[in-house]
Amino acid sequence: MSAQPDALLPFADAVATFDPVLGLEVHVELGTATKMFCGCPTGFGAPPNTQTCPTCLGLPGSLPVVNRVAVESAIRIGLALHSDIAPWCRFARKNYFYPDMPKNYQVSQYDEPIAVGGWLDVDVPTPDGPRRVRVEIERAHMEEDTGKTTHQGGETGRIHGADYSLVDYNRAGIPLIEIVTKPIEGTGASAPEVARAYVAELRALVRALGVSDAHMHQGSLRCDVNVSLRRGPDQPYGTRSETKNVNSLRSTERAVRYEIQRQAAVLAGGGRVVQETRHWHEDTGLTTPGRSKEQAEDYRYFPEPDLVPLAPSDEWVAQLRRTLPEMPAARRRRLQADWAVSDFEMQSIVNAGALDPIEATVADGADPAAARKWWLGELARVANERGVEVGELPIFPADVARVVALVESGALTDTLARRVVDGVLAGEGSPDDVVAARGLKVVDDDAALLAAIDEALAANAEVAEKIRGGKVQAAGVVVGAVMKATRGQADAARVRELLLARLGVSG
Amino acid sequence: MPSITRDEVAHLARLARLDLTDEHLDRLAAELDVILTSVATVAEVATADIPPTSHPLPLTNVFREDVVHPSLAPEQALAAAPAVEDQRFRVPRILDEE
Amino acid sequence: MAQPADLTRLTAHDLATAVAAGEVSAVEVAQAHLDRISAVDEAVHAFLHVDTDGALAAARAVDAARAAGERLGPLAGVPLGLKDVLTMQGVPTTCGSRILEGWRPAYDATVTRRLKESGVVILGKTNMDEFAMGSSTEHSAYGPTHNPWDLERIPGGSGGGSAAAVAAFEAPLAIGTDTGGSIRQPAAVTGTVGVKPTYGGVSRYGLVALASSLDQAGPCARTVLDAALLHEVIGGHDPHDSTSIDAPVPPVVEAARRADVRGLRVGVVRELSGAGYQVGVQQRFDEAVALLEELGAEVVEVSCPHFTYALAAYYLILPSECSSNLARFDGIRYGLRAGDDGVRSVEEVMSTTRAAGFGDEAIRRIILGTYALSAGYYDAYYGSAQKVRTLITGDFRAAFEQADVLVSPTAPTTAFRLGEKLADPLAMYLNDVATIPANLAGIPGLSLPVGLAPEDGLPVGLQVMAPVLADDRLYRVGAALETALLDRWGRPLLEEAPSL
Repeated sequence: MSAQPDALLPFADAVATFDPVLGLEVHVELGTATKMFCGCPTGFGAPPNTQTCPTCLGLPGSLPVVNRVAVESAIRIGLALHSDIAPWCRFARKNYFYPDMPKNYQVSQYDEPIAVGGWLDVDVPTPDGPRRVRVEIERAHMEEDTGKTTHQGGETGRIHGADYSLVDYNRAGIPLIEIVTKPIEGTGASAPEVARAYVAELRALVRALGVSDAHMHQGSLRCDVNVSLRRGPDQPYGTRSETKNVNSLRSTERAVRYEIQRQAAVLAGGGRVVQETRHWHEDTGLTTPGRSKEQAEDYRYFPEPDLVPLAPSDEWVAQLRRTLPEMPAARRRRLQADWAVSDFEMQSIVNAGALDPIEATVADGADPAAARKWWLGELARVANERGVEVGELPIFPADVARVVALVESGALTDTLARRVVDGVLAGEGSPDDVVAARGLKVVDDDAALLAAIDEALAANAEVAEKIRGGKVQAAGVVVGAVMKATRGQADAARVRELLLARLGVSG
Repeated sequence: MPSITRDEVAHLARLARLDLTDEHLDRLAAELDVILTSVATVAEVATADIPPTSHPLPLTNVFREDVVHPSLAPEQALAAAPAVEDQRFRVPRILDEE
Repeated sequence: MAQPADLTRLTAHDLATAVAAGEVSAVEVAQAHLDRISAVDEAVHAFLHVDTDGALAAARAVDAARAAGERLGPLAGVPLGLKDVLTMQGVPTTCGSRILEGWRPAYDATVTRRLKESGVVILGKTNMDEFAMGSSTEHSAYGPTHNPWDLERIPGGSGGGSAAAVAAFEAPLAIGTDTGGSIRQPAAVTGTVGVKPTYGGVSRYGLVALASSLDQAGPCARTVLDAALLHEVIGGHDPHDSTSIDAPVPPVVEAARRADVRGLRVGVVRELSGAGYQVGVQQRFDEAVALLEELGAEVVEVSCPHFTYALAAYYLILPSECSSNLARFDGIRYGLRAGDDGVRSVEEVMSTTRAAGFGDEAIRRIILGTYALSAGYYDAYYGSAQKVRTLITGDFRAAFEQADVLVSPTAPTTAFRLGEKLADPLAMYLNDVATIPANLAGIPGLSLPVGLAPEDGLPVGLQVMAPVLADDRLYRVGAALETALLDRWGRPLLEEAPSL
């Protein structure tokens, strides 16, 4: 790790002087039941070395056999990215030694990727609403994941200073699709947001395809960020750095921003950017240099002789094309129209990760506005407190739809509804369970309410006088007292109506 | 064409993770020079129009279904390992991340 | 009933018949061969590991099955030597290398499993050149195997242990693997029969890879029929091997029984004879070809002009694949770990381990392959070699339009002396000049003994090659020739070998 902190140029200055060029390499871990080349399960979080066999341990004599669903997933991703599907392609061996790689070569694709070319349109948020940017795709190819290494001893628990390491091969051989963009040019000051939006859109796409859960924090979607700077759009590309270990959308944006600032400072100081791999550190928000590419491995790629070539027939590809779901962008456009929301509101929904829950809630019968109100309001607040995405909260869209229905029917007030939602989130069961268990019910007996009103008026004689005298806004005090007396189970509007009638004033 | 130097052999040995003595490297350089001179004759007939053969038989599209098969028990997986700790393979310290 | 002392002289077919008929028990057969191993293997060194308990247990299971009235497979109760490059669960598998010393695999190779399932009694693991790299078995880390015909001579390689075990009557059958001739050349120099099936005909699952696109396991035996019986047991599609052919095993046993070459067109490959071939080898080969003609075959001469480049292509493709295949031996998951003092890095420990665990020939080929695949050299070396592979396949295709099978001497010379070629890798590589083309094209080949070279009295092998999946033709020709030669000699050639 470098002892000196990197010099950084202020971002505005950096992008005023230099034109950033991005390249993004996203690894998507497929959600297949088994690994790429063997029948071992792929579940996350299993005890170490319980999901291994001769093949994924690289035992002498073992052989790989391709998982059909992994290839189908790769082709479907390619089709969704408007790529050409290779009519014939091979796997290759990428040879390098590393203890997390059981065979000391990775089975990958080299110059014959399964999907070639294509594009993905992304909506980049701006203060004026989303701006559409087309990101050109270079290729998408299949490969196998490596095992997981943990570093022991030393002070930091990091690789540097560790005494030794431990390897778990459960992850070794899980299928990965690597999606590589062409150089993304002309994004200027919005480069960090473009990078983030691209990764977000790709994540939405693979989730829509159902090929991966694409959880960045679990590593099932990982991003390598290539950044280079040049003096202007007509200049040749500068030397790039490749930043690895970028494990969230926010980090994608921050890592790009950091590299632009760092490289700009190097160049502005008359220095030369070194072509190297850097590591992103989420905690410090810094990148640090890894192995310099100038002494990089020679990977000695050659066609994998243990696997036969793939030759997807036109019929197979056509059949897979028919399985493509509606693409995320089209879906957003459709839902935006259905729900009649502005570009800006739609952007908020997407950013909050609330698109799926709101759509499902509406599908369960809720009014779009009410569904939006819940997911972007109370539930977003709770998700934020808990540090999870709204979609991960322990409440089903159907629950939210039921709460909305109870409010609309007058069975619950907004206040009561929030308490019902609290109960569901606390694991007390369905909304109806919570209503029953907590005895939450609107007091709709006017006689009971009038009794409470009279009590409140007696206790607030001065206020009653003021209201009689025309200061209708003072009614809130009495309404509040009644609501308190009924433990919130009254309809505040009805209380106010009854109160004003009692005092003979009109609202 | 070939005349492979000791330094080149040393570089190859590093790539192949072989810690060889200087004497061994010298010997290999001499042997490889002879062998490479002999095998380089393939270039005489390997013209641009000839497609390469990587697989002896023209098989394509061999797949397995995405069905789970029993894994090894972790004791079996780790049985032959030179060093084990916490049900993991213990390895000497790693100098740098790939 | 045969006396136990004679049991080792019987063919696999006769042993299986006797066991099935209850004339002899499988345990007696196994014990006779274990005794023979005890008696002669100190001199021959065909075995790296003898699994006495396992073999007797397997034999007892066969006897029990027979007693229970179960139907036995065609080779049930027949002992066999398994080349130490195939995994066998719980039994040491070293591949002739220090780097795998003490490794007991967690799984059976498909070949091993099929042998077990058919009641074949696996006696143990046979010696070989380290990771099957060599033509003499001198590159075994555990010492060379000696040729039963002359203990000062090599038994061929890499499968010298399997061939010598069969030739020395330690086992009637053995499994070999053939990447460039490692079944056929040892068969030739030990006076036995060896077959490399069509690539993809026998599963490679559990065969520790040397060169994945060339490796093929196959039978070693003393007769063509025995080889065919074994071929049928181990052959056939395996879903664990992506390169395995999804087709029935060619009718090899039927072909071996038919033993008829009338009307068959036999092509003599012009490029695989003449200069470089020992006079006595050429002489016995020519006589055998003449005999085939007498038997009713139509003999033609064919030319395969690119065979001249086969050796060069092979010694690029093989090292390239092997440099990658052997990368996994790094002291992390299994096998030897050297130099781990708690201070050295993993990279240093891997490098120390590999330098200590691999022998000279393995290191030579790893370095050669690393070079041939390097950026900047790939096209000139590996890339060109793959094009030569295309040309050689084309030569075969053209030749098989003129002939149903092709023939050549299996090896250019008879068994040479131990140590004679160790210092000259290129001279060693030349032993495979006639066998390599079949591996490059994936076609099947068989070697059978056709006599002794007059100048040294050592066995000479003739190679038969056939198109992909026409393995049965090998057996037709081999069996016809074998029968005619036996008539001429009056007794099997191996009876001429000195007693051990």
